[in-house]
Amino acid sequence: MGTYKIQSRGVFMKLAYWMYAGPAHIGTLRVASSFKNVHAIMHAPLGDDYFNVMRSMLERERDFTPVTASIVDRHVLARGSQEKVVENITRKDKEERPDLIVLTPTCTSSILQEDLQNFVDRASMGADCDVILADVNHYRVNELQAADRTLEQVVRHYLEKAKRQGCLDLRKTEKPSANILGIFTLGFHNQHDCRELRRLLKELGVETHQVIPEGGSVSQLQFLPNAWFNIVPYREVGLMAAEYLEKEFGMPYVSTTPMGVVDTAHCIREIQSIINSQAGHEIVNYQSYIDQQTRFVSQAAWFSRSIDCQNLTGKRAVVFGDATHAASMTKILSREMGIQVVCAGTYCKHDAGWFREQVASFCDQVLITDDHTEVGDLIAKVEPAAIFGTQMERHIGKRLDIPCGVISAPVHIQNFPLGYRPFLGYEGTNQIADLVYNSFTLGMEDHLLEIFGGHDTKEVITKSLSTDTDLRWSAEGQAELSRIPGFVRSKIKRNTEKFARQNNLNEITVEVMYAAKEAFTQ
Amino acid sequence: MKPLTHTEPLHFECETGNYHTFCPISCVAWLYQKIEDSFFLVVGTKTCGYFLQNALGVMIFAEPRYAMAELEEGDISAQLNDYQELRRLCSQIKKDRNPSVIVWIGTCTTEIIKMDLEGMAPRLEMELGIPIVVARANGLDYAFTQGEDTVLAAMAHRCPDSGRAKQQSRTHIDENDSLSSRGLRSLLSFPVPSTTEQTAHPPLVLFGSLPATVAAQLGLELKRQGIQVSGWLPAQRYAELPSLGEGVHVCGVNPFLSRTATTLMRRRKCKLIGAPFPIGPDGTRAWIEKICAVFGIQPKGLQEREEQVWKGLEGYLRLVRGKSVFFMGDNLLEVSLARFLVRCGMVVYEIGIPYMDKRYQAAELALLQSTCQEMGVPFPRIVEKPDNYHQVQRIRELHPDLAITGMAHANPLEARGISTKWSVEFTFAQIHGFTNARDILELVTRPLRRNHSLQELGWVQLVQSPV
Repeated sequence: MGTYKIQSRGVFMKLAYWMYAGPAHIGTLRVASSFKNVHAIMHAPLGDDYFNVMRSMLERERDFTPVTASIVDRHVLARGSQEKVVENITRKDKEERPDLIVLTPTCTSSILQEDLQNFVDRASMGADCDVILADVNHYRVNELQAADRTLEQVVRHYLEKAKRQGCLDLRKTEKPSANILGIFTLGFHNQHDCRELRRLLKELGVETHQVIPEGGSVSQLQFLPNAWFNIVPYREVGLMAAEYLEKEFGMPYVSTTPMGVVDTAHCIREIQSIINSQAGHEIVNYQSYIDQQTRFVSQAAWFSRSIDCQNLTGKRAVVFGDATHAASMTKILSREMGIQVVCAGTYCKHDAGWFREQVASFCDQVLITDDHTEVGDLIAKVEPAAIFGTQMERHIGKRLDIPCGVISAPVHIQNFPLGYRPFLGYEGTNQIADLVYNSFTLGMEDHLLEIFGGHDTKEVITKSLSTDTDLRWSAEGQAELSRIPGFVRSKIKRNTEKFARQNNLNEITVEVMYAAKEAFTQ
Repeated sequence: MKPLTHTEPLHFECETGNYHTFCPISCVAWLYQKIEDSFFLVVGTKTCGYFLQNALGVMIFAEPRYAMAELEEGDISAQLNDYQELRRLCSQIKKDRNPSVIVWIGTCTTEIIKMDLEGMAPRLEMELGIPIVVARANGLDYAFTQGEDTVLAAMAHRCPDSGRAKQQSRTHIDENDSLSSRGLRSLLSFPVPSTTEQTAHPPLVLFGSLPATVAAQLGLELKRQGIQVSGWLPAQRYAELPSLGEGVHVCGVNPFLSRTATTLMRRRKCKLIGAPFPIGPDGTRAWIEKICAVFGIQPKGLQEREEQVWKGLEGYLRLVRGKSVFFMGDNLLEVSLARFLVRCGMVVYEIGIPYMDKRYQAAELALLQSTCQEMGVPFPRIVEKPDNYHQVQRIRELHPDLAITGMAHANPLEARGISTKWSVEFTFAQIHGFTNARDILELVTRPLRRNHSLQELGWVQLVQSPV
């Protein structure tokens, strides 16, 4: 049956054990399972349905995750999937009566090169529901790109279907209204952000028309164009759908992330100008709302003026995360709190241009990488007072004894809090202020304890991530080092070792330490 | 649907194989920790990496001795080839970590593109001077714990020949044993016969990866019967792999090791002792008795030892007696656990299991059958390659007191008022031997105890539309 062939034997290999963005199919599954009554079927070997575990554990989801696998096993390898995929689709159609089934390719199906579109075409003839093949290639896109693409694909599918059936109604709602695009399962604080955005829109007198994909219904997608405009809160997911809706239906969209006081105001002003231009004349003016919220409702503007925040002036921080959160966080730290961002970085390599442009004037250095060791080495080198990053940076921080606030996926279960923790809107600014302040004060407390001889029983730590060192510390040197307060100790250790290497000394005595000190203070 | 009665023989069914389980590459998680001087290299894609990263959670941050060789779609014109690439990565591993062995884990992708790992390994081994073991632990062929089976089967080929290396390995293991048993003897109050009292018997090698303390406990139980364990596959270090060969008896400690068993018999000419597995006090006793029987030794004090353990479990047994349990099946420990729980007084409705080797598990299945008969409960239905969707329908119908299931189904079932226990915990907990029977029941009763304390509150159903 030769249904698969080997396209390329020129594979590159990369040594890795941590990745920031997952494989493409995860993005598709996140979008599909966020919609109500949509089922995803993965064409995958046994064990690839780990997504269900993540959703059930991290989101503490009460319902069965609507994802099943059409298992690729030895038989499939030998003879192709043949009827199996089609049978699985029609079976799921009968069992769950979904509105839509999304057939999801994985890395395995990418290499097998079976004609999945053909299976979809055949299955949709026998099934009551719609069936589509997610248009994502494992080797070309990551989780976030795939999610963006799948959302656009689903939106396009239903609008084109309505157009074909002649039931597309493009009339706008009477009052100003907006769709929120890109809120979805396993997104970093997405549920809380969504609630905050709805509240914000309500206070602006804007009706929330539809939120997709989370909790959305595909049968309602044809009514998306009834809204006056779209809001895309996150850079990573929703932009493609917004661009499609703008191109096809002339729907404007706001893509400024309302994170931080300044950008929230930006976002609101954009909404104002869109509403007024849609209405043809000025019907709203949000200036006094922004002013009121900024000065009195949100505590963040006041916080940045308070003496607490004064103490943070010039403190050094490193920011790393997805493009949206890392960019917004960099701007907040630098512009709103007077903190020096020594390095801002993102793992969204595909969006590097946008990221650079956003943060260029707010940080000393930009880092675009998806290699966690590069991030770790950089942090070890610049020794910031605090890190704002993902779970990986939190662990790097732990190792180096630097506090870390988690601001972006990838995340653990503790980043799916039960309490209300938005990052967006005015309540979001409060949450972020707390997060920043708590990260720094914890560090300060720690140092004060050590300065005053607190409960310091910690051994000397190495800030360098590599464990091998050719240098030996004498007992006296070691003792002298431990007398130096913790917050400068590692820096002194590093400088001393650097000095010793430069001067070809392989044992560090107290004398060497003093010599190094003199050399560096000159 | 009515449970089968115990007048018929055990009944086996096979469903569609649409079930949730861990990918077998997860075995690196416990094997790299067991074999201290190893390095595991998983040759696969981002999908494999993502699974490991998320499934192993915090272990990722501890500089683990494993990594992914992540395959990417290369330029067709690229001059790189698989061998050069693997050589580059393995040289790096050798330089950074200097392990005694590198284990290549083949995945679905290496199977499909037919990457010749077995062909490349010996060449690279020569070139780098470091042993390279190849195990195809992929999701096309295997489920979860079977990953360990593929690795141990591959390692069985690397064990020294008992004819040649006997003396050396023997002394080494004796040293180890006396060390660990000295520690244990001071902890446990029963006497251990000294080596001089031991009966002469052919060498016995046990296979299956267990934490060092559990392995020491099992070794000690055998020692009390005058049986000396001459080695374990795997040992704590790659350099300490046991000697194998004709005349060596082998016995498994886990139910998912059928390939390893086959390899030991056919390729290394060992004699397999087919016994129930030492899970639960009943299983442990049966396991020891079988080994004794093969060596013609009359077991001493085993019955008392078992009774004593049961007596100690009484508090837990009161909680489980008469309760029903449903195994959805994902790790192949199911038959042994079900047999133990039946002995505890539970009723097992269904034993889902990924793969059933009726020959390797023959003694365990026979013990399950006789246990059901003695306890006067119907035989459970044994469902190989289960279908999770159908199983959930059956769970709704039967409403068991406990469903042992994967994490994908646990929260949704709890929300529908079904108590669940996450099955993976049985893989990582210490469940072997007399000493650890308590741990199994601790796991099994945890949801029952928790739900007992919440019972008064009246919020059992936590979904809008009931079931």
